[in-house]
Amino acid sequence: MTRIDSSPRPVRRRQPGAGGRAAAIFLAPFFTLFVATMLAPIAYAVYLSFFAEKSSGLGFGGTQTIFVGLGNYASVLASETFTGGLVRLGMYCLMYIPVMVGMALALALLLDVAANGARKLFQLLLFLPHAVPGVIAALIWIYLYTPSISPIVQAAASGGIEINFFDAHLVLPAIVNVSVWEWTGYNVIILFTALQAVPREVIEAAVMDGASGLRTAFSVKLPLIYPALGVIMLFTIIGTLQLFTEPTMMHNATASVTSTFVPNMWAYDAAFNRHNLNEAAASSIIIALLAATLSFVVTKMTSRSNKG
Amino acid sequence: MSTVLDPTTTAAAPSGRALPPSPRPRRLPRASTISVNGLLVVGCAYMVLPLLWLVFASTKNLEDLYSTSAMAFGEISLFENIGAVFAEGNGVFGLWMLNSILYAGVGAVLGALISVAAGYAFDKFSFPGKEKWYSFVLLGVLVPNTATVLPLYLLASNIGMTNNIWSVLIPALTNPFGVYLARVYSQAYVPGEVLEAARVDGAGPIRSFFSLGLPMIMPGFVTIALFQFVGIWNNFMLPLVMLSNEKLFPVSLGIFSWSSQAYAFPHFYPMVITGSMLSILPLLVAFIMLQRFWKSGLTAGSVK
Repeated sequence: MTRIDSSPRPVRRRQPGAGGRAAAIFLAPFFTLFVATMLAPIAYAVYLSFFAEKSSGLGFGGTQTIFVGLGNYASVLASETFTGGLVRLGMYCLMYIPVMVGMALALALLLDVAANGARKLFQLLLFLPHAVPGVIAALIWIYLYTPSISPIVQAAASGGIEINFFDAHLVLPAIVNVSVWEWTGYNVIILFTALQAVPREVIEAAVMDGASGLRTAFSVKLPLIYPALGVIMLFTIIGTLQLFTEPTMMHNATASVTSTFVPNMWAYDAAFNRHNLNEAAASSIIIALLAATLSFVVTKMTSRSNKG
Repeated sequence: MSTVLDPTTTAAAPSGRALPPSPRPRRLPRASTISVNGLLVVGCAYMVLPLLWLVFASTKNLEDLYSTSAMAFGEISLFENIGAVFAEGNGVFGLWMLNSILYAGVGAVLGALISVAAGYAFDKFSFPGKEKWYSFVLLGVLVPNTATVLPLYLLASNIGMTNNIWSVLIPALTNPFGVYLARVYSQAYVPGEVLEAARVDGAGPIRSFFSLGLPMIMPGFVTIALFQFVGIWNNFMLPLVMLSNEKLFPVSLGIFSWSSQAYAFPHFYPMVITGSMLSILPLLVAFIMLQRFWKSGLTAGSVK
């Protein structure tokens, strides 16, 4: 029954003789779906992205599909609305990531020293927004930004401050706020769980040595939860590239958010409003490549800092 | 809550409530405790107040929505609003809720089963090229969902598969992160010795998965299913591109279409608000009931 494993480190076979075939039965459903819903669509999009529809001279006779190589990629990247969306997404990341991660970290550290009884309630309340769909979260905040309904705008106005969240300069921070509201609590729980795993003796030793609460938090606890911070950074970056729902909702509410506000909206607009499926495909591939590159870089960075 | 406070701090202690001196400071001095709890209360208020606003707003009619204070009741029209929500478009809202339950429910149970089977196989079987196959799974985790939605639509429309239940249900079953979680859970919950014993007793791998592995991994199964349920319930872009028949909409897409109309027809506002409130209730209840499971899912997800 024993077989020699080809890998250098011998692995103990738990199901001798059944290994490959049994594994295939268990893995087949997942990999079938994986191919059908992820690989095949991406491959098809790559294929589409190399062609263009050209209407023949006089308008009758329909359209002609011609091979344009990387032409669609060139025209997507040359489009000012697409690059504008990329820049905007970059600005969104620069605001969203520090604010959200900073808030999540602060709340997790506070939760770690809060009284036992209150913790459970705090955790639940902080996590609640995550149960709210993006569409509804965006709607709630849009109403909270709308001057005629908003208690925030009205309160500010009675204090003599005029805020218009739909102003071209404020609309991006307004979207950032919706995302921060949706995701902070989720990340608080991850960081808090990591903090709970920090050995209590380490913290008590720091306290005995006279370290203040703040000092303990930043010099003792924080370095010990770097791996968890790395994980949430990774998922946050993947998440920000998905940005679509919130700005799409905002687009309905205000002209400050254009129909091509972020790259995902640009791709959607290309497919459904401009009916240019080839450019839509090319822009989707650009977004996917960007996401894969960024995730790869962040994974490398976090795994290196974990070793160090 | 404040009984563990240390009385030796300089912060003014309320007179007449002498606490026994503790041997050494265990937690925080009183001033810090107040600021810790104060900051946490502020954080929670930020999370809860918008939801509270939704609850208040859903009790108001269109007129009161504009004229009354945000955190106060006007004339209570909650039941009129709920009635209007369910009456609009021949009861299409009820259909949307049922669709969401169908998509998210079936997707969660079936998707979790597929993920758990794969994660279990990666943990318990050895086969050639295992880690190479697994790296495909991790690649799937890293590609954002929305990046595949449009390609998925392009492919589906090419083969005439859009605008039906399958176009939103099948893609939702693919959950690489669930496979990753399942592998972690399988390592933690299913001891190899048990499967070994089952094998000696003559049970095949499929039988021992369903009668031993799956029951043991059940907490992990519930967690994966819960997260997938939320993911599908909250998904917006996939149904938006795939579905044009209003009768197939999940509730979030339905509310989106109402909210788009509200800008032209203000009488939709109370329906959008009340409908939003009704649509998040099931998830809020599920989360409050299943706290243990989502916490465990987040913990397992952050183990590297």
